[in-house]
Amino acid sequence: MFKNLMNWIEYRMPFMEKMNLHVMQYPAPKNFNFWYFFGSLAMLVLVNQILTGIWLTMNFEPSAERAFASVEYIMRDVDYGWLLRYMHSTGASAFFVVVYLHMLRGMMYGSYQKPRELLWIFGMLIFLVLMAEAFMGYLLPWGQMSFWGAQVIISIFGVIPGIGDDLTLWIRGDYVISGATLNRFFALHVIALPLVLVILVFLHIIALHEVGSNNPDGIDVKRPNDGQPVENNVSDKFTFHEYFTKGGKKIIVDAIPFHPYYTVKDIVGVVGFLIIFCAVIFFAPEGGGYFLEAPNFEPANPMKTPAHIAPVWYFTPFYAILRAVPDQLFGAIFMFLAIIFLALLPWLDRCSVRSVRYRSTFHKWNLVNFCISFVALGVLGVLPATPTYTLFAQIFSFTYFAFFGLLWLYSKNEKTKPLPVRLS
Amino acid sequence: MLKQLLAAVALVASSAAIAATGHEVHLDKAPINLTDKESLQRGARMFQNYCLGCHQMEYQRYSRTFRDLGIPDDVGMEQLAFTAKKVGDHIKNAAPKADLAVWFGAPPPDLTNVARVRGPDWIYTYLRSFYVDPTRPFGVNNEVFPLVGMPHVLQELQGVPHKQHETRLVDGEPKEVYVGIVTDGTGELSTEEYDRAVADLVNYLEYTGEPSKLESRSLGIKVMIFLLIFFVLAFLLKKEYWKDVH
Repeated sequence: MFKNLMNWIEYRMPFMEKMNLHVMQYPAPKNFNFWYFFGSLAMLVLVNQILTGIWLTMNFEPSAERAFASVEYIMRDVDYGWLLRYMHSTGASAFFVVVYLHMLRGMMYGSYQKPRELLWIFGMLIFLVLMAEAFMGYLLPWGQMSFWGAQVIISIFGVIPGIGDDLTLWIRGDYVISGATLNRFFALHVIALPLVLVILVFLHIIALHEVGSNNPDGIDVKRPNDGQPVENNVSDKFTFHEYFTKGGKKIIVDAIPFHPYYTVKDIVGVVGFLIIFCAVIFFAPEGGGYFLEAPNFEPANPMKTPAHIAPVWYFTPFYAILRAVPDQLFGAIFMFLAIIFLALLPWLDRCSVRSVRYRSTFHKWNLVNFCISFVALGVLGVLPATPTYTLFAQIFSFTYFAFFGLLWLYSKNEKTKPLPVRLS
Repeated sequence: MLKQLLAAVALVASSAAIAATGHEVHLDKAPINLTDKESLQRGARMFQNYCLGCHQMEYQRYSRTFRDLGIPDDVGMEQLAFTAKKVGDHIKNAAPKADLAVWFGAPPPDLTNVARVRGPDWIYTYLRSFYVDPTRPFGVNNEVFPLVGMPHVLQELQGVPHKQHETRLVDGEPKEVYVGIVTDGTGELSTEEYDRAVADLVNYLEYTGEPSKLESRSLGIKVMIFLLIFFVLAFLLKKEYWKDVH
């Protein structure tokens, strides 16, 4: 009965064919480690945001008069409304945690290198849209930090010479942040950007499956078939889709089917993630004041500026760079460059060895430098801009950009270690 | 280079710690307990008697307070909700909003979420830090919130509070240091009783800031137990499947 139904569908639409191609017969390197959980976790969080978002939308009222009160209504009067809201607010922070670790994985194992440049670019576009999505979502509860955080971030566009003021007016839809801004941000947050996000994630995965997954060793699992048998090749046990073997022209070495091996492995990752995620939701939903900031429990008040305005933690590395530069325009330029340099990594890194495991010691330390700079900037972005902190922000902005400059310089003639023939 | 970077990070962290303590007044830890229903009930009564005249809880309904605090609706309506018509009403007063803003210099803030904005320790210390200051319109000032526009509405409970100073050695020189508040003993309550009453009120405000806290804890424990069992099973499932690979 079930088989007949599947045949009926298959005759009209290649469902099983595509499932085999992308899931059951997709060759995934057998040596994925801890760092490879974050891709599937990002998908999980995206689904969480969409589902909880739909239910929040059912009770949220996007107007300056009612937004704050309707959030409190969700928190108090809607059954499990508090749970939906905390899942959504914690999910936003979790999304960035997961995506930052996912990006770090790509940097460690050279997953942006040829032929995965387009895959990396799609990832960077997802990151950009995610930042816009998070920023607009943060205005919706219409608290003090929603209002003043948005005020600060929108004013960044005002530094563009000539069109700055008109541009901020166009973004806000008003001379100040108002109900008009709230309404358009709601539309973009709930419909436009999620749609773009889902499409970009789809393209990200299509691009991934075309070039195949990288792995911690950074060597290919698909190689030309020279007719020689490969010893102890676990892949011999499994059937892979002929799309990947190109009708026998390619041989797959040390890879296993994505399903069931990585689906069961990812379940472990998902449950591990949920243990931390639920601990925050149920026992510390404010995330120590970093996920939900205390001033945001007070309704937006254009007449009263909070003592200290800090963007949410996931923007602070870039915000610290913005503040570190004395000139506003150049500050904004450097902030955008900080993201653009990341997107240019496939071309800044001229080394042919991908994984940090087989690259020079200098590269390892340069990666450590990047991580320290990024985290330090994140911490500084939360703190008030005293002269001392500004000096530190300038130092770490320099080391952040130095990572890219140094990488470009040494990667061309880098002293690398010999690559293994097989996955370890 | 790395050593210098690490030294810089350590320096940032330590100066952040200094900035965090700063010049702020020391806040006393509020001795509150959300599972203490009687304390919450006393706090609710305090709020209705002393706060609701000027402040409101725009987002909290009487029915929710009654349900969570174990107060029967009819008892609550009779003894606590003086101004409300229906049990589903929000906890609001009938004070003229525009006049309040003129009288106090600013509209009295809504108190539903005040514990989430300020933190319970801040409120607990604030309500115990009023002192007599004849230069202020209401004759009182506050150590935690200098020049506050609010009168000391709990004075009949606490008595007339005065700032107490002590001569102490600061950096080798004797200086007058603020050490706390003493009352003249004319209040209805002793100092311990007053602290307890304020703690009850803060407990109630902590509750109204996040009523879901009462249920999220118990639900959270169940969810965590489920996830821990699930984690073990998921791990065993993975191990079983991966026998083929290793």
